[in-house]
Order: sequence, then structure tokens, then C-alpha cells
Amino acid sequence: MSASLLAAVPYTPFDVEKALNPGNTAWVLAASALVLLMTPALAFFYGGMVRVKHVLAMLMQNFAAIAIVSVTWLLVGFTWAFGGDGKYLGDMHFAFMRNINDVVPTLGAAQTIPTIVFVAFQLTFAIITPALITGSTADRWKFGSFVAFVTVWSVVVYAPVAHWVFDAYGWLNRSGFEPGAHFFAEDFAGGTVVHINAGAAGLAMALVLGKRKGWPKQNMRGHNIPFVMLGAGLLWFGWFGFNAGSELGADGVAGFAWVNTNTATATALLGWILVEKIKYGKCTALGAASGAVTGLVAITPCAGWVSPMGSIFIGLIAGVLCALAISLKTRFGFDDSLDVVGVHFVGGWVGTLCIGFFSTTGVNPLGNDGILYGGGGHFGGWNLLLHQFLAAGAVTVYSFVMTAIIALVINLVIRNRVSEEDELEGLDTAIHGESAYEFGPLGGQLGGSGGVPSTLPKATVDA
Amino acid sequence: MKQITAVVKPFKLDDVKAALEVLGVQGLTVSEVQGFGRQRGHTEVYRGAEYTVDFVPKVKIEVIVGDGDVDKLVSAIVEAARTGKIGDGKVWVTSVESLVRVRTGERDADAI
Repeated sequence: MSASLLAAVPYTPFDVEKALNPGNTAWVLAASALVLLMTPALAFFYGGMVRVKHVLAMLMQNFAAIAIVSVTWLLVGFTWAFGGDGKYLGDMHFAFMRNINDVVPTLGAAQTIPTIVFVAFQLTFAIITPALITGSTADRWKFGSFVAFVTVWSVVVYAPVAHWVFDAYGWLNRSGFEPGAHFFAEDFAGGTVVHINAGAAGLAMALVLGKRKGWPKQNMRGHNIPFVMLGAGLLWFGWFGFNAGSELGADGVAGFAWVNTNTATATALLGWILVEKIKYGKCTALGAASGAVTGLVAITPCAGWVSPMGSIFIGLIAGVLCALAISLKTRFGFDDSLDVVGVHFVGGWVGTLCIGFFSTTGVNPLGNDGILYGGGGHFGGWNLLLHQFLAAGAVTVYSFVMTAIIALVINLVIRNRVSEEDELEGLDTAIHGESAYEFGPLGGQLGGSGGVPSTLPKATVDA
Repeated sequence: MKQITAVVKPFKLDDVKAALEVLGVQGLTVSEVQGFGRQRGHTEVYRGAEYTVDFVPKVKIEVIVGDGDVDKLVSAIVEAARTGKIGDGKVWVTSVESLVRVRTGERDADAI
């Protein structure tokens, strides 16, 4: 089987003897495990923010995303993202994990880890991206429809976007204006591919599904803020794999990425609760958790391109702007239930554009100098900012449009939204036949969620 | 026999219990309840939005007493539960027709 019609790139086997670097390989393997933990962490971050009758449905969608993408990525996702040298889409060289001992074209001579390790690392990114969408769709997306959506979306949306930005041959990575030039819209770990992508998709899904019953009049406060804090803490932990791991090596740039990640997260947390203090007079725990995640999002594209002092400002800007941005949904009337747009979309844009100002070759000689560093070099300064804008805009439009199309097609076949009765009863009992907690002294004798009596799920009634 | 029902601020439960014990009350029932009176609810901040929470947490205390004890017990509860601020709650008295102690089968006044 030949690779592809476009295959101008010659595939060569990865030279384990000469090219493999055990230190880099060990770090990327460990980082992959760290990033995988982020999806269960996200499940709890979101799970704590939904009401008690919907928490299992939220956890289930996130775990299902792990399971589904773990398969689709090996079949076609990876090869569409990182095979070949096409501008818009990868080839089929690595489909079904064939030819997996060949060098990945985008890494070329710089590849120091086995291709299968690169597959594992990138898989974890492909998993968390669709999982992020569940925050805007909480409490009303039918499980079966979600499963179908993620199966298609991970291949048709995530893989091409990853190719555009992460792959050196992608059109947003190689200059869209000057083909062949050594330029790339800088995205160290996925500000566009992961966060803007998921944020735009989240906005589309919130619009396609419509509002939750009773929103925004009814107060839909989360049922377990400690879960939210725990989830945020585990995301923070896993994110070191996400950002420092994206260097694909155990070196100084990975060290900068690590410190920058921590710094921006810290200052975004402070920025968010500062806004709360000024606007409402109190700093909330939910605000601290939200601010931390915002910082993680914003520093993601910047992690290996900016200095630790730069990341102080990037985090602070993101924390303040996103704390203000979450009130957009009530102003415009779209039920982005858990603020995927306010946190991931806005935070992703902030981080992606901040590169245009804060990027410095002093940290990473492979990058460009942003406006604050003199904007030197062919693509430094305003030119860099323009390219960042182009990349963020292109991903926004593609993700929004494709997500809406996929969701509307699925809706024709199996309907996206749960029935009104199921939504009011709670998705946990209505769809999954379980309830999350049995705290009362009766220990669940009455059935139902959170001690509120309701009918037992059919399957558990004594035969 | 009368039943005294008191809905009071949760942190006043211990004071009310102590006051009733001093006057010889042998048992009572407590439940956590929510509601509103003239105090109405309160506002909470949730992710950039302020919400009015209509129902405020309260504690409901129920105690069954002999007819002669009612007035002084009601006074004791009111005294113990009062902070002077809005939202202190209410106390009311209802008649009880009959009463049985499950263990012994004792009835009415003997079962108090």
C-alpha cells in the first residue's frame, strides 16, 4: 500500500540505535500518563458544578470520551493529524497503526522518541478536547448522541485542526502567507487545537441543544464545590505533562514550560478572585478553581515560548478577562452551562494572542520575538500577532461550523437532547439507572438521587 | 397534651435544647428545614452571577408536653432563640389527641 496521493515525503524507519533518546522517551511516557489523568480530573471539575441528579451523566460522558477516542485515534485520528505532508490533512500512512516504526514526518530528523510514544502522548490531547465540550452541554445531552458525536468529531474536527497547527506541514504552522518560509503560528501545547477548538465547539453545542429547563431564572448551583477544587487541582497537576511534555524532550525548554504553567495558573487564580472581590465583595472557592483553570488554558499555547515574568502577566490578564467573560452568556442568552466559552474559548484566545506580545527567542530559539521583545526577525512583532490571530480565527470558524453540522445531522437520526421528563428527573436515574449518593440514614432504601425519594430504576427492583 | 413546634435559626438549637432540659423536657425531635418569612432569602454569588436563594436553612424543633407546661416552655424557647434580628423564626402550639410510647404501650400523659 502506498501512503497517499500527496506523499512527497519519503518515510524512513525510526533509528532506535542512533536517534532514540531514553531520557526524552521516559519523560514523554510519564507526561502522557499525566495528561490522561486530566480527563477524569475534568470530569470531577465539571461533575461538582452540576446538580446532584446529573453528576453521574457528566462523569460518564467524560469517561466515555476516553474510551471512544482511545480507539478512533489509533484507527484514523493519528494518521490524519500527523501523517504525510499535506497542508490541510494528514495521509493514511499510519492508519490502523501500520508503519508505526516509521519516523513521523513533522518530527523528521528531530525525532528522539519512538513513534508509538508520540501516538500515546498525542492521544491524550485528542481525548480531553472533546471532553471539554461537555461543560457547555451539561444536563441535557443524550448519552448515545454524545457517543456518536465524539466518535465523528475526534476524527473530522480534532485530527485536521491538530494537523493544521501541530504538524509542521499544516497550513497554519507553515506560513499561510509565505509558503515554505520558516514560520509558524506558535502554539506550544494546544491553545488553538485544544482550547479554542473545544470552546468554539462548546458554543455551537450550547446553541444547538438550547438552554436547560429553567435557565437562567432558576439557580443551578453546583452540588459539590470540593469536587470542583479537587478536579482543578488534578488538572493543574496533569497540565505539567500537557505543557512541559509538549517539548517532547527532557530539557530546559520543558523546564520553562513547567515554571510558566505554574506561574500563570497562580496569577490567573489571583486575578479571578480579585475581580470577584471588587464586583461582589467576596472571593469564592469556585472562583479560585475557575481562575486556576483559566491560567492553565491561557499559558498552554505560550508555555515554551515565553519567560516566567511574561507568564505572570499572561495569567493575570487571562484571570481578569475570563472572570469578566463568564457573564457574557447571561447577556447574550446562550446556556454555556459550566463556562467552556468563558474559560476555554476566551482563555485560549487570550493565550494565543499573548504570544504575539510575549514570545521571546531568549527562552526558545526556535520561536519568534513578540512585540514586547522588539519583534525582531522575519515573523516577529505585529507579523507574529497577525499569524496568531489567523490561526485562532481559522480554528474558531472550522470548529464552530463543523460541530454544528455534525450535531444537526446526528439530531436527524437519534435526537441530541434528552426528553423533558428525563431532564427534570435527572439524567443519572433516567439515562444511567443509578444515583450518585445515598447519604440518608435509610441508606438508599427510598432510592433516588441525593436522598430525594423517586422511583427505583427498573433494573434494581427485586425480581 | 400539646405539641410545641419551633422553627429557629440553626445555631440557636443548642441554646433552645439546654433551656428545655432545664425545665425538665425529656425528649424532642429536630429536623433541618428550609423556608422563608419576612426575612425572605439571601443572595449568593455563583460564577459571576448573583442569585437570590429564596429558602433559608432553619431548624424545626418539635416537643410534646402536658397542658400545664406549655406557657413556660414556649417562653423559654422564645427567650433562648431570640437574637433580635430579622429571621429569628416562629413558635406555635397545637393540640395532640393521643400519644403512645411504642416500647411499653403507655398512653397519653404517661407517655410524655
